[in-house]
Amino acid sequence: MTELIAVEDLAAGYGGPSALEDVTFALRRGERIGVLGPNGGGKSTLFRVLLGELQPLRGRIRSAGGFGYVPQTERSRLDYPVTALDVALMGTLSRVPWWQPIARAERERALAALERVGLADQARKQFGELSGGQRQRVLVARALVQDQPVLLLDEPFTGVDEPSAQLLELLLDDLAADGRGILIATHDVEQVARWDEVLCLNRRQVAFGPPEETLTPAVLAETYGAEIVRLEGVPAALLPPHHH
Amino acid sequence: MHALWEPWTQGFMQRALLELVLLGVVGGVLGCWVALYELSYSAESLAHALFPGLVGAALLGVPLLLGGAVGVLGAATAVALAGRAPEIGRDTAVGIVITTLFGLGVLLALSQAAPPGLGQLLFGDLLGVSRKDVIVSATLAGLVVGALALLHRQLLVVGFDRSTSRALGAHPLLVDLALLGLVAVTVVIGVQALGNLLVIAIVIGPAAIAALLGGRLATMMAAAAAIAIGCALAGLYLSYYANTAAGASVAAVTVGLYLLVRLGASIRRWPPGLA
Repeated sequence: MTELIAVEDLAAGYGGPSALEDVTFALRRGERIGVLGPNGGGKSTLFRVLLGELQPLRGRIRSAGGFGYVPQTERSRLDYPVTALDVALMGTLSRVPWWQPIARAERERALAALERVGLADQARKQFGELSGGQRQRVLVARALVQDQPVLLLDEPFTGVDEPSAQLLELLLDDLAADGRGILIATHDVEQVARWDEVLCLNRRQVAFGPPEETLTPAVLAETYGAEIVRLEGVPAALLPPHHH
Repeated sequence: MHALWEPWTQGFMQRALLELVLLGVVGGVLGCWVALYELSYSAESLAHALFPGLVGAALLGVPLLLGGAVGVLGAATAVALAGRAPEIGRDTAVGIVITTLFGLGVLLALSQAAPPGLGQLLFGDLLGVSRKDVIVSATLAGLVVGALALLHRQLLVVGFDRSTSRALGAHPLLVDLALLGLVAVTVVIGVQALGNLLVIAIVIGPAAIAALLGGRLATMMAAAAAIAIGCALAGLYLSYYANTAAGASVAAVTVGLYLLVRLGASIRRWPPGLA
């Protein structure tokens, strides 16, 4: 399998002590890596370094191409006068020079991306009128329009109802099956157990590997330092922090 | 019918209307971005920042237009940069920068060599707009609308979610500077006609009314420009027949229309809590 990202001994911070260090992992084609960690554990810092917004203090990142990015939907403005199609078209900015108008081919690509996430019939609807799950899928469509080999998703299941979460998870499986590499920050240990690899962060890399080997009580305790509970089918898990 | 047509037989009224149509198109389109970026207060402050620029230009003997442009562009840059300092909020940054600049302007204005006729630059002289003024305004208006068209995709992405816009290939600092710079140019266009105390009414007012009407961005911009031109027409009629100050009449009509639409929207939603 081809490596899409290879990170070696990465450290990053914001001027003070390192916010994240000792990070070494690789993402290959068709893989889904769950990034687990507490709030402030370094998940966002890792994403910011990968996206080039933050310079690493140390270490090396090799990547086969750019990144399609799916931020948390809660950050998007709901009163903004844009349709689902307008939002999907924002993904063209990283490929088509910003001063150029949008060509018809790009519009068709954005419509195809919306169809891929099951929202072709909502393309003309105002973004703010969609449900939380639909908005999240529009943001995935926007990342597809970016057309990059790797997708970074920042807690995509937060604030999304159960049926939408299932749709979204199936969609991620499909996209990985297409040969994309997918990095997903999440709090849901049970969900991570279904993916290919797990990267546990708590201001440093606690562990990286297949879930069945990595999700041990010791690793989870070191990752979260929180209450550990048993979950069926998973060696050990913890109650994820609740978001309101 | 004659009463409707009569004002436009006069050259000064034709030029005033043309000037306001240009300002209406620029103000309407730009105003939508100002409203979406929540920059109304910054835009208002920039308009006032023009005052010390004008005084400085008069003292140095350079064209007032140039002095105003330099003053406002300097203020726009200072506001954009100060607003990015994490320890002070955007509002505070604008307050500090504008107070400092205005204070400097007052110091200059109180000097022995202060130019006469500053009142006209504060309140504008809509009916005294010359052919040359209209040509300059048309050129600058074309520049602003052209720049907004070029920046459209960047503006859209940064306004939607500033914190993640860089990951999509946007440049938030460039967008901030460009938007405030374009507000500055628009203030320079409008200062001749409406004065720096009232010019911002044609940027903020029509866009605020259009925002109440809802819809997509393109619809909002078209509505804002149409509203600005409609208010300009109504304001000029009011000024012509009621013998009121032209710039102030246009601003008053705009504010009046905003209040009417706001009231209409509230009545439509009455009683509160029902869809």
